[in-house]
Amino acid sequence: MKLNYNKMLRITNPSQFILMSVLTSAFLAGMVFPLFSLFIKAFQDSGGSFVGLSNYVNYFSQPALFYSILNTLNVSLTTSVVSTILGFAYAYALKRTNIKFKGFFRYAALFPIFVPTVVHGIGLILLFGRQGILTQLGLEIELYGRIGIILAGIIYTFPQAFLMFYVTLHYADGRLYEAADSMGCNALTKFLRITVPEVKYTLVYSLFVCFTLAFTDFGAPKVVGGGYNVLATDLFKQVAGQFNFNMGAVVSTILLFPAILTFVADRILIAKNYSEISAKAVELKVNKNSLRDGLFFAVCFLVVAFFLIFIGALVVNAFMRFFPFERCFTLEHFRFGRAFGGMQSFVNSISMSLLTAVFGTIFVFIYTYLIEKGKGMNPLKKLGRLLSVTPIALPGMVIGLSFIFFFNSSSNPLNFIYGTVIILVLANIVYFYAVPYATASGALKKLDKEFESIAESMRIPSWKILSKVSAPLSLPAILEIFMYYFVNAMVTVSAVVFLYSADFKVASIAITHMAGAGNFAQASAMGLLILIVNLIIRSMYELYLYGIKKQADKKGADLPDD
Amino acid sequence: MKRTILLYVLSALLLIGSLGGLAGCGQRQAAADPTKGEITVYTALEDELVTEYLAAFNQKYPDIKVNIVRESTGVITARLLAEKGNPQADLVWGLAASSLMVLDNQEMLQPYAPVGVERILPKFRSAKPVPTWVGITAWETAFVVNTVEAQRLGLPEITSYQDLLKPEFKGHIVMPNPVSSGTGFLTVTGLLQLKGKDTEKGWEYLDQLHENISHYVHSGSKPARMAAAGETVVGISFGYAGIRQKRLGAPVKIIFPEEGSGWDMEANALMKKNEIKPAAKTFLDWAISDEAMNLYKANYPIISTGKGGSYEGFTFNPVDQLIDNDLSWAAENRDNILSKWMQRYDAKTAPR
Repeated sequence: MKLNYNKMLRITNPSQFILMSVLTSAFLAGMVFPLFSLFIKAFQDSGGSFVGLSNYVNYFSQPALFYSILNTLNVSLTTSVVSTILGFAYAYALKRTNIKFKGFFRYAALFPIFVPTVVHGIGLILLFGRQGILTQLGLEIELYGRIGIILAGIIYTFPQAFLMFYVTLHYADGRLYEAADSMGCNALTKFLRITVPEVKYTLVYSLFVCFTLAFTDFGAPKVVGGGYNVLATDLFKQVAGQFNFNMGAVVSTILLFPAILTFVADRILIAKNYSEISAKAVELKVNKNSLRDGLFFAVCFLVVAFFLIFIGALVVNAFMRFFPFERCFTLEHFRFGRAFGGMQSFVNSISMSLLTAVFGTIFVFIYTYLIEKGKGMNPLKKLGRLLSVTPIALPGMVIGLSFIFFFNSSSNPLNFIYGTVIILVLANIVYFYAVPYATASGALKKLDKEFESIAESMRIPSWKILSKVSAPLSLPAILEIFMYYFVNAMVTVSAVVFLYSADFKVASIAITHMAGAGNFAQASAMGLLILIVNLIIRSMYELYLYGIKKQADKKGADLPDD
Repeated sequence: MKRTILLYVLSALLLIGSLGGLAGCGQRQAAADPTKGEITVYTALEDELVTEYLAAFNQKYPDIKVNIVRESTGVITARLLAEKGNPQADLVWGLAASSLMVLDNQEMLQPYAPVGVERILPKFRSAKPVPTWVGITAWETAFVVNTVEAQRLGLPEITSYQDLLKPEFKGHIVMPNPVSSGTGFLTVTGLLQLKGKDTEKGWEYLDQLHENISHYVHSGSKPARMAAAGETVVGISFGYAGIRQKRLGAPVKIIFPEEGSGWDMEANALMKKNEIKPAAKTFLDWAISDEAMNLYKANYPIISTGKGGSYEGFTFNPVDQLIDNDLSWAAENRDNILSKWMQRYDAKTAPR
């Protein structure tokens, strides 16, 4: 009987199986059960009795919905295509060309994710609003509405697309290009036949990720959306306007569709994704080509120029008394009143983000390792993949509400985490899970399967391979994941707004309050401080990497050059 | 060796758990002494006002630690409703009466008559024998106009709702969406009542106004902010939102429409839960005391005892500005009004 059971679950390595089960259960408790406690409301009336699909019938009979869905598709598609193309071009420039200032460009690309999305909205208004700097220069666009949402969406998703391509393009097998050169292939052929297949997986994944992020994003529509209704504003109106959790749950379930599509795409792609780096791969040498370099430099320059103007606008706003009507210099906006949580909220943000980054990275990497490299356990692996991509379709508000319904119930044994920093950390880990998963999975897929087979034949335990081979080889990806978690936890609003407790406020919430109080100047000032902290943390990690590289160079070891 | 790593993982998980357990303790001691203890207060009052008022409270009651959660009206109400099964807040301070009515209907409020409740005018507190909520201040529809922009575009002066219909204002007015904003809702219900609440006149006015609106936003103070920043010329908002922008240095003028303003109360309530702390009642008593009212009226001149102040730079009595508002009519017809509004104006925001 026991044997049959083992066969059914395809267990070949019991310790891996136990670990996998523990992590899967953690995921169930941290995401699936809470979501269930919210989604069940889609099939109930306000009194809690079962009503079948009548809430859906009710919702779909509203004419506004038709427009909301069309609008949401419209902005999400545009955003994902533009972000993916830009992200790819930018990463390609940094990894496969000889342009100058690569280090600077790499930092600059991440500017947008170093500040809360509220600040994106403020920045866009400062640039393109009626009093905007660019508007005054004659560049007039109708910001409030579709264009505003798309612009904010691109700013928000571009860094994510860039990061995915950056990691993927890092791993290249120079031998392929050498072989192509010796066969006399031209640049286009090499690009289409080697590079594109190499990044095919990331390309599609990036499209889906950006699409889903834009599909569920609420920050941009709220600040610059004007009267352009999207599903996320529908959700807000149902929950925080009508206090109708049942309808809110209906919209939440509709927002899940892209996640299901992403999962299907992930499954289809994985069957066709052969491009892995063999253990024998050699480093790619980028040959000279000044036309190509010039072109890609222009792309990077334009993107960065836009971001710099953006940051510049914030600086101007933070240091001027009342932009644009009173343009005298002042430092008063940096004197944060106790009203907004003062300095303590800033310290709280940093500790919450560190906890999120440490525990999030450990969890993501081990779980993804088991999914990608574990022996057997196919049913659990499939479940794991589904669980890992789902969070991307969850608006922060959905996570916040479902955490309240699940963890605040006094009959829940995990009730003790409610109102503590742990629930904030958990919410962050879940909310931002999908991109770290993609990063880890992309990096691990590139590692040769031979490592595991050799290890097995030599009877080396798999944890040793993980800690001595896979983890060090994936170090750039691991550190990316750490950084991703840290900076996102620093800036997130929607995931924690329902969950932070009275004695633990965070800086991103403080910014929302400042902006809400009409104090854009103080919000910009706090935004700049968060940007600086994120930059400092980022440079510390660069220095650390630099140290490792130097050490490796001394030993002559062949570590990733990142 | 395999077991060791598993052991590490498990002990790490255990550690997280026990740390969490520790963090949860220390909040449980209930003090029988009403001037001691720790209370959690949910509020929608503005941040800077909360700080100011709390300092006064703690001067009088230094041994009561007040933990504040402040969010916008919609978010804090949603959070209270979602926490219904196990309420975290001990009391609610300064939340829209229309929101408290929703909580009251779900039997989440504990009736409590704070000391001095008889001073509160009947229309500013719940009608129950032992009131479930007690109002402190009122806020009302006001227009916030950016004077620099209005002059640049050569727009005429505004004094009334009727003036907003002038063709010159087309595309220059921003208004809160009544579906997601309390200020939007009180403005719409105020207008409907002004024009005769059971006639179509109000809707005819809104139809015409809709032609001039540039867009609707999801917050009541945002139109004032947008007017201050020059993102719109006229923002339909509320009095204090405009006053605050003016204090920050914005070139704005606040206009109270001559027909009168729709309004809502900011009110306090005790949450129904197993353990009701004496300190919570102390806070509620203080929150309607003369001391507190004097603090409120410096910012919100309309207070529930009726003896209020006036707006900075205005000489009229703000109470006269309020229309004869039927709050319970608005609450009863809320769903109908909002769905009619959505059908007429929200669905029109088609893709361009």
